[in-house]
Amino acid sequence: MNWSHFFDMGGYGAFVWPAFLISAAVLLVMLIVSLRNLKTQSRMLEQLERSESEH
Amino acid sequence: MFHKFANPTRFLRLSTALTPWFAALTIGMLAGGLYLGLFKAPPDYQQGESVRIMYVHVPAAWMAMFVYSVMAAMSAAALIWKHPVATLVAKSSAPIGACFTFLALITGSLWGKPMWGAWWVWDARLTSVLVLFFLYLGYIALHNAFDDARRGGQAASILAIVGFVNIPIIKFSVDWWNTLHQPASVVRMDGPTIDASMLTPLLLMAGSYTFYYCWVLMVRVRGELIGQKVRVLQMKQAQQEQRS
Repeated sequence: MNWSHFFDMGGYGAFVWPAFLISAAVLLVMLIVSLRNLKTQSRMLEQLERSESEH
Repeated sequence: MFHKFANPTRFLRLSTALTPWFAALTIGMLAGGLYLGLFKAPPDYQQGESVRIMYVHVPAAWMAMFVYSVMAAMSAAALIWKHPVATLVAKSSAPIGACFTFLALITGSLWGKPMWGAWWVWDARLTSVLVLFFLYLGYIALHNAFDDARRGGQAASILAIVGFVNIPIIKFSVDWWNTLHQPASVVRMDGPTIDASMLTPLLLMAGSYTFYYCWVLMVRVRGELIGQKVRVLQMKQAQQEQRS
């Protein structure tokens, strides 16, 4: 398989690859932001429940 | 069935069990769809290799409409039955749907430039999808516009329901008005007009996008549910401190 031919996409590489890369970037950022928020909230809940049981 | 999931604790347990399956299906179908779409599917006889943009454009556009429909239905359920999980599903769907709509617009623009010679045209299909994007942004803004979170939620729900008229307009815009955008070739009364070598990767990508939505939705709803518990405990502890 010829890779430079593959990346050229019949002359449409400048349109095809940005479309795929931007899609990957946006969906990945959405996923990471959501996972991070879940982790932060879970950690806060754990801390609050611990201080609750100390009272 | 519907009422069972109104219990947040039960929903939390179910969503935790389902999340790894959604993640695995997203990644598996994505791998298959990308492999077939980029390496195996033939170039189009008119559009050449640029047709491969279809494999990220069409699923994003379908999801933009599907997620909005879920959001509108859940908003209605939230208003009518005060269903606590429906409210959170609608609220958590909005940013994901906005991402899909953004991607449909961007990838469409990248496809339009080489095929139509323009990044953007103000025709019915493109304009109605742009309106959809602003509906998502408006919904998110309304949620955050009120000091009382419940009133913000109600205002946003009403916007979601009223804005649903835009969905059939998007779907039929290519039939009702003259447009550069091509008409439906998969979801049509007489069956798909697209060859199996292109339809298979397209459906795999669409499946992957659907499970991605389910996956991120579960993560976000769980984040919201735990966030609610956090706020309740914070209030309680703040009150205790004031008293002591």
